[in-house]
Amino acid sequence: MTLFIEQCLNGLQFGLLLFLLAAGLTLVFGIMDLVNLAHGSLYMIGAYFAATFAAWTGSFVLGALLGLVATLVVGMAVEVIAMRRLYGRDHLDHVLGTFGLILFFDELVRLIWGPEGLSLPLPSWLNTSVQILPGVQYSAYRLSIIIVSLAVAGFLYVLVMRTRIGMLIRAGASNREMVGALGVNIKLLYTLVFGLGAALAGLAGLMQAPILTVQIGMGENILIVAFVITVIGGIGSIRGAFIAALLVGFVDTLGRAFFPDLLRLVLSPNAASTAAPALSSMLIYLVMAIVLVVRPEGLFPAVRK
Amino acid sequence: MSGAPTVRNIVVSVLLAALALLPVYVGLGGNLFLLTLFTRIVILGLAAVSLNLILGYGGMMSFGHAAYLGIGGYAVGILAHEGIYSGFVQWPVALFVSAAFALVIGALSLRTRGVYFIMITLAFAQMAYYIIAGLARYGGDDGLTIYKRSQFFAPVDLTNKMQFYYLCLALLLGSIYLVHRLVNSRFGLVVQGARSNDLRMRAIGFPTYRYRLVCFVIAGTLCGLAGALIANNTDFVSPSMMYWTRSGDLIIMVVLGGMGSVIGPLIGAVALLVLEEFLSGITEYWQIILGPLLLLVVLFARGGIDGLLSKIRAKVGP
Repeated sequence: MTLFIEQCLNGLQFGLLLFLLAAGLTLVFGIMDLVNLAHGSLYMIGAYFAATFAAWTGSFVLGALLGLVATLVVGMAVEVIAMRRLYGRDHLDHVLGTFGLILFFDELVRLIWGPEGLSLPLPSWLNTSVQILPGVQYSAYRLSIIIVSLAVAGFLYVLVMRTRIGMLIRAGASNREMVGALGVNIKLLYTLVFGLGAALAGLAGLMQAPILTVQIGMGENILIVAFVITVIGGIGSIRGAFIAALLVGFVDTLGRAFFPDLLRLVLSPNAASTAAPALSSMLIYLVMAIVLVVRPEGLFPAVRK
Repeated sequence: MSGAPTVRNIVVSVLLAALALLPVYVGLGGNLFLLTLFTRIVILGLAAVSLNLILGYGGMMSFGHAAYLGIGGYAVGILAHEGIYSGFVQWPVALFVSAAFALVIGALSLRTRGVYFIMITLAFAQMAYYIIAGLARYGGDDGLTIYKRSQFFAPVDLTNKMQFYYLCLALLLGSIYLVHRLVNSRFGLVVQGARSNDLRMRAIGFPTYRYRLVCFVIAGTLCGLAGALIANNTDFVSPSMMYWTRSGDLIIMVVLGGMGSVIGPLIGAVALLVLEEFLSGITEYWQIILGPLLLLVVLFARGGIDGLLSKIRAKVGP
């Protein structure tokens, strides 16, 4: 039972982390109609920046904050230099152009930081476990990821639903020409939205960094998972992304934890232990395929035009 | 593909002649590495041609096309691992399994449109990737070495590099011809009509879903053939050949070469792989050049290389 609670919390933590990544992706898609494969690169860059700054300043928190700001700046620069020119183009062009950006960023990181990964060590005050229920210990760091991600999700909700800039974002998503015609500086708005998405991706990357190592290509696997989430949730819908991210987080984590045992009930132990890792990696894609077959527009399709 | 001596037709003719005569050059004491490189180019060219059938003509943006490379390759690899070396068994199995996979995922994916289609094909390809990476008996993540190439009747010997190259080239040209005939047939016109305006095609009375599905299956089967060839070329198959970035490479070839013609993807495959080889000779960090270059092609060279060549004709021609 303790294990089950712990795995549920891990699922929640992973899901919330994925939400940060997927929120940026779905915002950029919903508002600029841009398929951004390079989103995973921003996730990677956030982790690299944070690891570097943390090593320089000697402080985890300071390193993370600096890394976040640096990723935001990189994101806005990428928007101004490259992405801006892709708006209004075919989705295929987006796929190809941003695929080129992935190659560029992977190689740039290899050039600057070298082919070996970095590590981002946790400070001692986070590297402990806390008692969350009588007799149930849980990693303080994972718990803080959950808290930070929930806070960011809340911030996003307030930003999008309760502020002027959020109103413009929503207006831009439903009719960009009209928003532009009403005198809103749509270019600046797009740059800000892209930067926000980049910062969210960077935040996800740097929070994940102490759990996994910081390495080249770390963004590519998780990018696909983030896409799966945006598609399940309905592209452009932040609420959908939130629910889908939690769904995927739970399915993936609990699948990896308990699927092998379930398989052992029907298969021989040997066959189960060899088939389980592959089958549990497949689970989220299976969920997505089922969702798309039943609801081709995702669970919460954003209202379009 | 008319015979008028335009810049584009000259370039295409030179390219085809060069591909046909390459083994002669290598046989005369040229670099054997060149033959290995171009065998790979020809095979991936075949894969790109098959992708172009659905991407360029059908408007179906499949982001999971490398899955068939893996499926075709593993069909050969697994049969060889089990001691069945006959190409007359291996290759039809490779084609059949690819076709069956395409039929299933096509039937489900074609219910969706646009970005959803991109993502669902990607998801199915990733599922296939994880299934194959989970086949512990056949090497799992580490891949599977093939100790004997596919065997056909007496004079045909795939271990002979030159024979194998010509076999691949013949299959490539055959596929280009097939795609050419297909897209100009009634079937091809319906598929292209569905790309332009599906609603109108259905209103006229064409069950476009079925046409698109058949097109999807043909493309998958052709790519499965390329997979079987790759397995024989490298004597090794691994899940990495069907990872999603491989599908990205195939899309690059198609778009770089030009989606508007049957020969474009071949031009793209040659251009991309030769460029990769060239850049990696200059610097270890060659992708830092290739990446922005792709972005520039997307931004400024719509229609790809083939499109650029055709534009030259428009300027020079009478």
